Amino acid sequence: MTLTLAAADGRPAPAEDLAHFPLAIRGLTVSYGEKPAVFSVDASFHPGAMTAIIGPNGAGKSTLLKAALGIVTPLSGQITCYGRPLARQRERIAYVPQRASVDWDFPTRVIDVVLMGLYRQLGLLGRVRQRHLDTARACLDRVGMAEFATRQIGQLSGGQQQRVFLARALAQGADLYLLDEPFAGVDAATEKAIIAVLKDLKAQGKTVVVVHHDLATVRDYFDRVFLINTTRIAEGTVAEAFTETNLQAAYGGRLATAQMGAAV
Amino acid sequence: MTGSTILDALTLQLGYNASLVAVGAALLGFAAGATGSFLYLGKRALVSDAISHATLPGVGLAFIVMVTLGGDGRALPGLLAGSALSAAAGLLCVTWLTTRTRLSEDAAIGAVLSVFFGLGIVFLTIIQAMTAGRQAGLESFLLGATAGMLRSEALTIAAGGALVLALTLLLRRPMTLASFDPDFATASGLPVRRIGLAMMGLALAITVVGLKIVGLIMIVAMLIIPPVAARFWTDRVGHVVLIAGVMGGVSGYTGAALSATAPDLPTGPIIVLVAFALFVLSLLFSPGRGVLAALVRHRRHQARVHVRQGLLALAQGQPIYEHLTLRLMRRRGLIRPDGVATEAGRAQAARALLDERRWQILRADPRHEAAAARYDGLTPLETLLTRDQIAELDRTLKPEAVT
Repeated sequence: MTLTLAAADGRPAPAEDLAHFPLAIRGLTVSYGEKPAVFSVDASFHPGAMTAIIGPNGAGKSTLLKAALGIVTPLSGQITCYGRPLARQRERIAYVPQRASVDWDFPTRVIDVVLMGLYRQLGLLGRVRQRHLDTARACLDRVGMAEFATRQIGQLSGGQQQRVFLARALAQGADLYLLDEPFAGVDAATEKAIIAVLKDLKAQGKTVVVVHHDLATVRDYFDRVFLINTTRIAEGTVAEAFTETNLQAAYGGRLATAQMGAAV
Repeated sequence: MTGSTILDALTLQLGYNASLVAVGAALLGFAAGATGSFLYLGKRALVSDAISHATLPGVGLAFIVMVTLGGDGRALPGLLAGSALSAAAGLLCVTWLTTRTRLSEDAAIGAVLSVFFGLGIVFLTIIQAMTAGRQAGLESFLLGATAGMLRSEALTIAAGGALVLALTLLLRRPMTLASFDPDFATASGLPVRRIGLAMMGLALAITVVGLKIVGLIMIVAMLIIPPVAARFWTDRVGHVVLIAGVMGGVSGYTGAALSATAPDLPTGPIIVLVAFALFVLSLLFSPGRGVLAALVRHRRHQARVHVRQGLLALAQGQPIYEHLTLRLMRRRGLIRPDGVATEAGRAQAARALLDERRWQILRADPRHEAAAARYDGLTPLETLLTRDQIAELDRTLKPEAVT
């Protein structure tokens, strides 16, 4: 890396600075077919911050996250986690996919889903021991789902499913948490429970990145925002970047003035 | 075929070879059920149908090549190797078509399956015309046959089944994770694509090993029916795999033993019919997901709804028109044959109305948000709240409502 890169504040920063960021994305382009969903995006997610990725539907929010995790293959770009390639930092990253991305009739219990977060510890044949079960139960407890441990996952409500996914991510014991629309279609109690857990993670110095769609709650929940609409629109603290001008740039005519008034 | 021959067959009294074949079929069936569980859970079950049909041209070509080279065209290792290669080619075609073109997987499977099978039939026809081909007996690869099976062949099948089973158990954890949530699995660093390939490789191995006993048309049933049947009995992956394995093993064993009782009985169809019988039993009688249990639960729920509605109507002095409601209430002694409420009916109606009024107050009270979410029109509030909480609700009720 000899390039000089644009840091969050727009000033060029030396490449060494990548090590500072739990997640740094440089020049990322992802295309589905021949249409870029994300084009030439730079992003630096700050350590210990809670960042919202916001933008209109189809703006590439989820794609950005999936590319950062290696779930979709980018056409170009570089992704580093604490300055090192992703493949060697897997144990430092936890991921909460969209709830609708899996089949909830899968024959498994809540506790088994949380244990999936311990795969890196358990490996191919490692036995699930009492301490693994204890970890999984503790994670369920943190999201208020301890009493559901032995339920079949198909019996859960949408909000409960989302909490189980969060518990699985907690079990991964990571430093960086990436969540894809965790508040989509969940009840108010679940939203409260999730945000409490995320703030708790932040208090422990963890980094949290959330694909978010509800502009009204951005100010309450997050420290930083990343606005995207195929390209990067703005990045910074909520005060710096969550402005009417930037929102207008990201959403264009799709954002009603009333909505914007409520958000900003 | 008499009853006693069937019994002899099932208890392994038909001679060493037939017994060996039955044990081999049982192992193969167990492995097929276990491996098939992951195909089913990963929603890839139909790919195995393409794989199995794609074995046929390999069988034919291997025969032709071995005869041309002056060998015995019927040598099982050669035929299996040929079938494995062409099955792998078929699998590659399906994978390529689905990932590189806009064709959906079912269309790709249909295309590959029919083309490969057609090609295989052409080869078989050519073989029929060859001098060495008359007695080749390759048709037995279509439906499976155990008659005249060599000891070495039975052993090969048993060993192959055991090996696939061992590999399936070894890979069960990554296969489960990749089937349930491939995105999360990728994010955790699992090689999801390679796990998928391994899963398909195991299905391919089952197909090839089972070719001689079950036949290529029926092998897909061995991979799919046992897991689907097993799913009725459990909500846990490990148990699905185990139950599917046992069901597959029982089908394989029974099918092979039965077909040994008469020389012309094809093995594959019998194995599949036994598996199907197990499936039907599961479908009907599983306590959780079975059809009968669901029917009973539905009826019970329907009765609760009707009686509750009837009681509320009684309490508010409204007429009841629905015949089912009237019949259910009469049967429970809540109303007399002429429709007038009995003593018990009036008491229960008053209780139902009181419960409903308490619910109304509770649902309007933001402090009871969590409990209010449990409202379904049927659950009595007494089962959710403590006596003190109910007493507090009652204080807000109008005095005339509490009687």
